[in-house]
Amino acid sequence: MHIPDGFLSPSVALPLWGVSAGVSGYALRRVSRELAEHETPVIGVVAAGIFAAQMLNFPIAGGTSGHLIGTALATLLFGPWVAILIMTCVLSIQALVFQDGGLIALGANIFNMGVLGALVAYAVDQTLRGLFGGRRWTRPAAAFLAGWAAVVMGALATGLELALSGLAPANVVLPAMGGIHALIGVVEGLITMSAAAFLATVRRELVAERPVAGRIPLWIAGLAMTLILTLLAPIASSDPDGLERVAEDLGFIQAARPSPLSLLPDYAIPGLPNPALATILAGVLGALLVFGLVMALWLGRRARRSEKASR
Amino acid sequence: MTHFHFHDPYQPLDSPVHRLDPRVKLVLALGFILTATLLPAGAWLSYALMGAAAWTGAHLSGLGIRRVLRRSMLALPFVLAALPVIFTAPGPSWFTFPLGPWQVSVRGEGVIRFLSVLLKSWLSMQIAVILVGTTAFPDLLTAMRAIGVPRFLVMTFGLMWRYLFLLVDEALRMLRAREARSVAPEIPGRRVGGTLAWRARVTGQMVGTLFLRTLERGERIYMAMVARGYDGEVRMLSMPSLSYRDLAPLIGGLLVLLGALLLGWMF
Repeated sequence: MHIPDGFLSPSVALPLWGVSAGVSGYALRRVSRELAEHETPVIGVVAAGIFAAQMLNFPIAGGTSGHLIGTALATLLFGPWVAILIMTCVLSIQALVFQDGGLIALGANIFNMGVLGALVAYAVDQTLRGLFGGRRWTRPAAAFLAGWAAVVMGALATGLELALSGLAPANVVLPAMGGIHALIGVVEGLITMSAAAFLATVRRELVAERPVAGRIPLWIAGLAMTLILTLLAPIASSDPDGLERVAEDLGFIQAARPSPLSLLPDYAIPGLPNPALATILAGVLGALLVFGLVMALWLGRRARRSEKASR
Repeated sequence: MTHFHFHDPYQPLDSPVHRLDPRVKLVLALGFILTATLLPAGAWLSYALMGAAAWTGAHLSGLGIRRVLRRSMLALPFVLAALPVIFTAPGPSWFTFPLGPWQVSVRGEGVIRFLSVLLKSWLSMQIAVILVGTTAFPDLLTAMRAIGVPRFLVMTFGLMWRYLFLLVDEALRMLRAREARSVAPEIPGRRVGGTLAWRARVTGQMVGTLFLRTLERGERIYMAMVARGYDGEVRMLSMPSLSYRDLAPLIGGLLVLLGALLLGWMF
């Protein structure tokens, strides 16, 4: 999922650089205000730890193995802002020193794996724990789903960025990325779940301290992003004009016209294998996610209302 | 999905590129990659110019063109993501061939775009390899600070770097311990033990253990820093101002990049 340089068109890579810089900057201000000053050196060491933890892999089948990305785990332990900061550091060092992901593409990579990952993981965790608070399976399930959703959403965002850069039609790249990462996400989810469970047994205060739902706007933002992406996926896939229409609505299609810097392509109907199947896959994936989230929201409201009533 | 190289890529040699001010190197490398990003598809002359610049750098740096080329192959698997463009780009098709039940046509425009992405990505990699191969990490940190990366981030990068290899070693030791206690998964044809969920749980516990050790180490490091006078403020040595010896390569390099950009968009 680490996009190298040269793949994204400037009209995709540069705005995402701005977004990631902005969000990381905000996270930075917020973290340095909120954390006890002594935790700041710890962040650097923990970031190095996440980097190292990404090497702990386990065999799946047929010579492939899975490993952790860690955004969701960091979010569960430290909250989304610290997690965004940690992932910004991890991804920057990976890009700068180890050429794992590009430098101009770094903004996109931080957005996909750090910003989006942390917000999505936070939204999933908060929603599930808000709904089914005290039950025994809540925390493990929330950890699993947070890990899974962070990976899948990051992959869909990566796919969208590649599609917007004109490298692959959306109805090929989105189902491909979504499909593969729906499986990879299971690995992330399983590791996140068991790591969180382990930490909860060994150092209870680390995991148990994070209460549900302080700030609603944040997880609403995460949910909104999730929804936008899942809605975009089927639109972009089912209808070649869909993505373009969205682009038009958002106003950045003008940039695609004669301006020399933009390379927003036309989505010609591709002659590639079975667009119908691809579309259906993307549609199913998106629909499932949207359905799950809407259900969660609805249940959440109901639970809160009945809680109020019982008081 | 990801590839790791556990060694510091810096090569302590003595070369004109090594002696160049790290700020100049960082700015030129970023400028190079930005230029590659901004170039249109099919600007072969510009790519050639930038390739020549990169290879000159590789040669002057003493890293050797071979080593740079080898290290820069890393991103190539990602090229798969750009493969569909060959068949889906607009424009007339060169030739069509049957693939199972479908007719797949190779389009000229698509081939141009694909090759362009390949070259741009490859060139960018080469420059990044040269940058980290010739610049020690502490110098890179000061250069980042000089071009305006926030102080806190630079400090965190520094701390990360200081403990990265230590923790990577720790992770490798854990992997080795697991391998010694269960069937090594690398043996071909041998079934790996346990269910998938069980293996994932073991890995999760390893991650948790590593995490705890990291956290505790971080807290100890903080104590040690406080004992030595750390007050929450980071102080960095300021860099001397740029000398004329460094300005010439900076201006020359930027001119080459500008030339490549103009060449790419004019012709």
